[in-house]
Amino acid sequence: MTIETTPVGVLVLIVLMTLVTLITRFGGVFAMSFVKISPRVESFINAMASSVLIAIIVPMAVAGDAGALAALVATAITMLAIRKPLPAISVGLVAAALVRYFG
Amino acid sequence: MSAHTYSYQFQPHKVRAEFFRLLPISLFVVAFGAAFGLAATQSGLSPFQSILMSFTVFAGASQFGALDLWGTEVSVIPMLVVVFAINARHLLMGASLYPMLKDVSPARRYGLLLFLTDANWAVSAQDYQNGRRNLEVILGGGVVLWLAWVLGTAFGAYFSGLLQNPKAFGLDMVLGCFLLSMVLGGKATPRVMVVWLVAGVTSLAAWKWLPANMHVVVGALAGGAVGLFWLEPRVAGNSEQEGAGHDH
Repeated sequence: MTIETTPVGVLVLIVLMTLVTLITRFGGVFAMSFVKISPRVESFINAMASSVLIAIIVPMAVAGDAGALAALVATAITMLAIRKPLPAISVGLVAAALVRYFG
Repeated sequence: MSAHTYSYQFQPHKVRAEFFRLLPISLFVVAFGAAFGLAATQSGLSPFQSILMSFTVFAGASQFGALDLWGTEVSVIPMLVVVFAINARHLLMGASLYPMLKDVSPARRYGLLLFLTDANWAVSAQDYQNGRRNLEVILGGGVVLWLAWVLGTAFGAYFSGLLQNPKAFGLDMVLGCFLLSMVLGGKATPRVMVVWLVAGVTSLAAWKWLPANMHVVVGALAGGAVGLFWLEPRVAGNSEQEGAGHDH
């Protein structure tokens, strides 16, 4: 099934995208409302929470260019040194920009 | 189970504080939004359509994913599969907030989820790991991120020459660096290290060998499975209601 990107067609596509995204925003919480939160379940979701972050970042580092890797390494070093997110992110972006400019 | 009284004390003044807490990162999000606005108009969307999409979908990576499939006509099912796959992480993110969200009324619960996105969720999840319950950031942070995303899209759609190459300024790495700083702000116990290792290895394997866009969910569930068998020591203040557990 295809939709032509006429004004009405685009509107329909945007509505569909919105609905699918809404299902993902609501679905996890809705499903959890049928689960009793035991210490084991809580341990699972806490471990899952930090895993979401790792699972986004690691492939990003491996798939990205040298600039992406430089950004993540610079952010990590700054964050471990001074433990403040904003300076760490800024250093990361500067590192990416420099590597891409000179690379 | 006692009758529900919704014990979470939602504090309006904290919402405002969280709005300003995420304001700096939102400035970067404006630039990222501008990149989307530009890409969207180049794919044939009108500025209005681009802005509408950012307004209602509010999920950057999936919007870029949809643009990849844009043309004079769009195959509906493949596009929805891509959008669902990229956004499936929301399912897990929302679930991870459930221990807090169960303590607010359903109307407020699902209202908050409208604003759920990576950055405000990462702050809330990290605070929770450190023993602080912070749902206010979902709303306050979510509003500022959402405004930034829509505003940025408008910039990019109308003034397309402004930011031709956001990558040159490292702007494609804003979210990655932000999430990384959230990870490193937490406590790294041996248990957490094992969880990270499993999540990292499985997400990489999924990225390499499974169909596209599945790596986040696979890595997150694998890391979560470690937690299923290796229970965390109880953190004081995390929850009063769950009483006597089987601590290890």
